[in-house]
Formats: sequence, C-alpha cells, structure tokens
Amino acid sequence: MAEPASDPADAARDGAPEVPEIDLPSDTFDAVLDALAERDPGDPLRFEGFSVARADEGDGESAPDEYVLADGDRPSRLSERELHEALDERAPAVTDWYAFERVVGEFGPRRAFLRWLEDADGATVATRYAALAEGVERAWGELRITATVTDRGERRYDVRHADDAGVSVDELDSYDDPLDARELVTFDEKGRYRPLKTAPTLAGGWVFPDLGPRDAYETVETIYPATVANWHREREGELDVTHWRETMERQSGIYGVIKTWDRGEGHEHVNWVAEACCDDSQCLKRREWQYDDETDLDVDGGDGVFPCREPCSVVVSAARKWTRLESEQPRTYEFELTPSEKEQVEEIIDAVADGRIDEIREADTKEGANRYRTRFLRAKLFDDEGNLGGVPTDPDEEDGDDADEDDADEDDEE
Amino acid sequence: MQSLVIVAHGSHLNPGSSAPTYDHADTVRATGAFDEVRTGFWKEEPHFREVLRTVEGDEIYVVPLFVSEGYFTEQVIPRELRLDGWDVSEWDSDGLSADQAALVAEDVDREVHYCGPVGTHRAMTDVIVRRAESVTGDPDVGEGFGLAVVGHGTERNENSAKAIEYHADRIAERDRFDEVKALYMDEEPEVDDLPEFFESDDVVLVPLFIADGYHTQEDIPEDVGLCEDHTEGYDVPTEVDGTRIWYAGAVGTEPLMADVILERAADAGADLGTALDDVRETTRVATGD
Repeated sequence: MAEPASDPADAARDGAPEVPEIDLPSDTFDAVLDALAERDPGDPLRFEGFSVARADEGDGESAPDEYVLADGDRPSRLSERELHEALDERAPAVTDWYAFERVVGEFGPRRAFLRWLEDADGATVATRYAALAEGVERAWGELRITATVTDRGERRYDVRHADDAGVSVDELDSYDDPLDARELVTFDEKGRYRPLKTAPTLAGGWVFPDLGPRDAYETVETIYPATVANWHREREGELDVTHWRETMERQSGIYGVIKTWDRGEGHEHVNWVAEACCDDSQCLKRREWQYDDETDLDVDGGDGVFPCREPCSVVVSAARKWTRLESEQPRTYEFELTPSEKEQVEEIIDAVADGRIDEIREADTKEGANRYRTRFLRAKLFDDEGNLGGVPTDPDEEDGDDADEDDADEDDEE
Repeated sequence: MQSLVIVAHGSHLNPGSSAPTYDHADTVRATGAFDEVRTGFWKEEPHFREVLRTVEGDEIYVVPLFVSEGYFTEQVIPRELRLDGWDVSEWDSDGLSADQAALVAEDVDREVHYCGPVGTHRAMTDVIVRRAESVTGDPDVGEGFGLAVVGHGTERNENSAKAIEYHADRIAERDRFDEVKALYMDEEPEVDDLPEFFESDDVVLVPLFIADGYHTQEDIPEDVGLCEDHTEGYDVPTEVDGTRIWYAGAVGTEPLMADVILERAADAGADLGTALDDVRETTRVATGD
C-alpha cells in the first residue's frame, strides 16, 4: 500500500507494460514441495525458464530438504529456506505453474479456455502477467471477460455483458455463484423466454466481478452451454460436424418427417433455413454444418468465436413445421393492392423478420409496419373472416382454419 | 472422479420446464456425493448430443428425468448420447424394471452408466406420498383421504399406465390412504370423472409428470373441473361434485425427487456415502407450524 502505484505512462513509453510484483503464497510453495515429494530425486519440476528437483545423493537416495535449482547452465544446490527465497524471486513463473496445474486442472476445454483468455499467442509469463496486471479482455458471444492477476499470482475474472463494459460494479447486480447465471439467461430484456442460449438476446445489467478460474469457466459454460467444449475440439482439429442430411436422417417420432423435405432437388430449402435461423443476427454460433459433406450451403455461417456443429433442436423443430408447410402446392391468388400497399406488405414482413416491431414508433406512419398503418390495411383489405382481399385461402372452403394441426404440435412440448 | 448427468425434456416454449431439473441437480450437488453434476436436455442446452463433452469425470451416471420407459428413454436418449451398442434389451425390462446399462458413449469414448427413468423407480412411490403431504401441508395425511395418481394412458405409451398402476398399487398396500386409484387422461378410468371413483370427501390428485406445463396446468385442472379456464386459476382444495380435490401439480417438482435420482445412480454402482439419508432429511415436509 505504501508504494506508489507505477505510472501507466511509463509503461506506455517503454511500449511494454510492467510485470507486477508477486509474493509467493505459502500454499503455492507447499504445492511445489508436494509435487517434488512425488517425484524421484533428480527428476525436475519445470517452470518457465528454470526447473527444480530434489537433490540426488548419487545413490538414488535424496538428501532431505536439499534441492537443485537449474537456471540456465549452472545448477545450484539449495536448502528448503533458500529454495523458498529462490522461488519467491521467480514468483510469476511459480504462481503461473500453480494456477494451471493445481487450480485449473487438466480438463481440456477448461484449461484451453482459461489459457486462451490470457494467452492467445503462447506469450511468456512476464508478458502475460504484465498484461493481466492491466486486465486482459476477451469477447465470448455477448460476454466480456476480463482476466486479472492478484499480487499473489491468483487469476481473477470479471464476467459481464459486453454492453456493460466499463460500467462500475456498483451499478450492476453482482453475483458470485456460476449457477446463478441460469436465471440471467432465461429471459431477454423484454422478459421473453430465450429457448436458444446462443441467441444474441442476452440481457445485461449484471456482473460476476471476482471469479476464480474454475468458476469463470462454469459461468461461461452456464451462459453458453457446451460452447467451450466445441471450440476446444475445433482448435484441436477434432470438431465432429454433423451436416443437415445426416441430422435429419437420424430424427424419429414427430421429427422423422423432416427427411422427406430433402427430395434430391437441391438444397435451396436448407439455405432458407440457415438464413432464417442461423444468421449472426439470430444465433452467435458460427455455423459449420452444411447440407452434406459434399455440398456447402450458399449462405454465410457467421463470425462467431465458437462453432455450431449440427442443426440444433430449434432448427429441427422449425424444420418439421416447414416440412409440412412446404409440402403444399402453390396456388394463384388474385388480389388488388396499390403500389404502396404492396410495399407495405414487404415492410411488415421485414419488420417482423428483423425483430424491429418494438422500434417503430406509435405515431410514425411513415413506417409500413407502423401499427396504425397495419390496422388500416387490415380494415380496408380483410373481409369478416380475415381473408386478404376477400379471397378465401381454399377456394372450396369459406375458412382455411388449421387448428387441428396446431393441436398436433403440442406433442412436441410437454 | 464421479459425475452425475441428469437428462430431461426441457422446452422451447415454457421457461419453467427445466426448473425441476435444475432444482434437483442443486439438491444432489449440495450432498457432495458427486464431483460434478451436469444437466442435459432434448429441447434446451446443453443438448443430449453435447452434454457428455462437458463432463470431466470418468465415472459417469446418466439418469433420465422421465416418468416412464418408452420412446425417450429407449430410443432418443441412447441415440443422442451415442451409446455404442445400445439395444433396449440391455435393460432387460418388463416396462418397469430398467435399472442400468454400462455402455461406451462414442462422443467421449468413455463408459457411462445409463440408468432407468426416475418415474419407475420404487422410491418414486415415496415421492408421490410426499407430494400429497406437501400439498395438504400434513406430514401424516392419509386417514379420511383418497389418493389419485394420474398419468397419460396407454394411447401414447403402453408403459405409462404401467408406472401409474405400479405406484398406486404400492401406496394402496401401505393402507395409509382410505382409497388409492390410478386414473388416466386418455383412457378409462378417466380423471375427468374423479369424484365418481372415490367415496372419500377429500382426494389428493397427484399427476405423474416431471414438470408443470400444458398438461398439469391447463389440461388436468380444466378436465377435472377445478376451473372453467386455467387462466382463472383454482384453489387447493377445490370442491367438485361434493369431493374436495387437493390438486398437487407435477410430482416431479417435489424436492424428494432428488432422492430418486440418487437411488438410480446408487443402483448403478455410484458411491454416495450418506447422500441418500441427507436428501431424505433436507427435503422433508415441516411438521407443525
């Protein structure tokens, strides 16, 4: 506390941030001793830039409390007390070992993710600690994750919505249990249920200000389930992509019908599905699945940091509906519309498809999808049965109600 | 490292569908019996297809939070989890007796213990009784009361009715309630005519469903006559044709369900320590006031 904070401007002039002062915590030193105790004498524990082993007396027996530190080309023999001093001088490298080997652990996705948060390019401990001292920021979907390091070399993480970047923790709802994130992801800002966790509709206003490594991983895993595991597999070159055809062939029950939508007449229908559901405006996963392993879709898969490896349950459910709807044959209907009315219909479709309805102001009658404009169109063009232009949907029936089909859909959700 | 994976249906439409799954997962987590507890869903995330890749442990128990053996437990879940060599004969079940099958999940190349559904476990009988205690607020409820256990009929799944009858019979054998009946939504005896099947003035109605949703919140209350329209809500109890009906809502929301999840894992070989006793104790209905 007594020492003046280093002037960030100095670091900026040097072009490199400073490595923070780290005190070697006793539990970290004990962990090193434990790790050495599990090794044979002479078998070194490696840290960045140096290694430590228990001293070997030459006969395979260890010398109690004697250690050998190899730093460069001249090994030195140390007592336990001297080892503590030596490791304290090298506290960044030792606490870095402790953070990943003893706190983060081996589990591949967690380890790779936490490493990536602070080190996308294989940087040295010094470079990473200097960056962590200032805070390393990463984006993950709509999340902003800031990694820092304490003066004991422990990693701490601040996880929040990217829209809340820079907002004081005091102004946000603060959490520390990763499982609390389940509540935060259930509804969007307008209180609507979010069936797809990777939809870009995550509400903000909250923060996990001070998480340890494992809890940081769990929080991200709760907000965007399995995204880290899939990202990790992709980085390892092992992402198992299941394309549209294979996914739909696998479906059974009420979804078994979807495979009949693929009629060997091209994949334009799947382009439409992907454009409807998988665009970055609808889902933050980067679509890696295609029509089949030989036929790519023609629409953009998005730029998300984590991949989408197969059509999700939302796509499958919607595809079932489209399979039924797209089995209908087109008919020719005759309506009379003014040119502005035709354009208004197009504007209404655009507004719904782009989720802009709530942005259109009540009195803004320049907008085709304005409510008054739309009510006027309905008043003018619909007959008492709700038929556009008084034209029945089915020429043989007065009413094209499909209530029975809607009932059948309930099988889908119980 | 011992891991529990609870798999459930979930919903694209109903935000409350996953709540019992999360609640029971939390209860199990609090016992400390497992190094990790994960949840996976058919309609939510992580999906069945991807949940195993989020699991760290090498001793994995998968427990389906479903009420009966059938389409989901026999086809969908094993297929989506990619259980290599799965065949329903692995369970060697009569429709009620599935316990577990140990198979390699191709997704993670690790063996998993795939357990039978919670709904057919003998411990589920206790959850139904506990549900009756919860809804009446009486830990000794029974005398002067009838109990109706309600489910889908055989129209949708032949094993659905088996599970209902199994638990109704077991509760009847205990001589705790004056009468116990199994009723159905889409076959005789139908829940619509509940008062006709009971002589008791008070009847607890427990639907064998995992989560509250369309069937338990709209269908059954309207069919039974608790309300004209579900949006009006209803009282507990509500008198219908001279019978006071204590409608319990989905049994799957009862905290003791966590016990059945643990029983399933224990039957499959999980080492649970004192977790079973702990859960039975922490989920009890409070006595007195």
